[in-house]
Amino acid sequence: MSEITEKYPLKKVLIICAKGNLEDVLAALVMTNGAVMEGIEAKLFFTFFGLDGITKNRMNSLHTATVGNPAMRMPGGLPFPSLLGILPGVEAGVSAMMKSQINKLDIPTVTEFLEMITAGGGEVFACKLACDMFKLKKEDLWEEVSGIITVGQFYELAEGHGTQIIFV
Amino acid sequence: MAEQIIAGFTVDVSADGYMTNPSQWNKEIAIEMAKELNTELGEKHFAVLEFLRKVQMEGQQLTIRKVGTSGIVDIKEFYQLFPGGPLKNASKIAGIPKPTSCV
Repeated sequence: MSEITEKYPLKKVLIICAKGNLEDVLAALVMTNGAVMEGIEAKLFFTFFGLDGITKNRMNSLHTATVGNPAMRMPGGLPFPSLLGILPGVEAGVSAMMKSQINKLDIPTVTEFLEMITAGGGEVFACKLACDMFKLKKEDLWEEVSGIITVGQFYELAEGHGTQIIFV
Repeated sequence: MAEQIIAGFTVDVSADGYMTNPSQWNKEIAIEMAKELNTELGEKHFAVLEFLRKVQMEGQQLTIRKVGTSGIVDIKEFYQLFPGGPLKNASKIAGIPKPTSCV
């Protein structure tokens, strides 16, 4: 039996962002931008709470959750008490701290990240069902969103060999 | 580490073809390397390459964002100048190690 040595490099990725926490949206953006940087065709699809990542009046004030987040740590590495997370301003403070740490690593803001992706030829879409649910229209979304599409249209975008779908 | 002859010069390269000694780099090598990546270098290309080399030698991590704020090109132009993976391809042509950043 001959060994299979041929490699099939990834040609296209479809990435779904379904959550609106800062870190989830950033994860989707890093993966999409990373694909574009590698010369891989990339489509980023926002659905449900992920839509916050491309909703004009929310996209640059995303927060990280301080309640129900067991991986959360105090700056020194000690566990972060859940009850602290419910205090007014704590979530905003923690989110601001996350953002400053992220900025130090030269990771751009959400809008700038999306601009980098589209500048490299990546495309951004919104989910129709979720937009209907949250009563969002095209004009509520970031200007460069390519369209509001159905799940069927999303799968059509996946055509071709070497495509992977990634859910964040 | 391997040696490779590019445009008549012997240079040290890594397993994936990136030069490991930036001081061995010159413009002829860049032109030759660019040809392999189907890129013909112009003035703007060289301005970007010089910028990448400068940032790299300062010990800073290279990112697409840094190139976009360099004042030389914006990100869209960077993708047009070095298609199919601009940071990787441009670093290769600039004779610097393969970029290790995720952004």
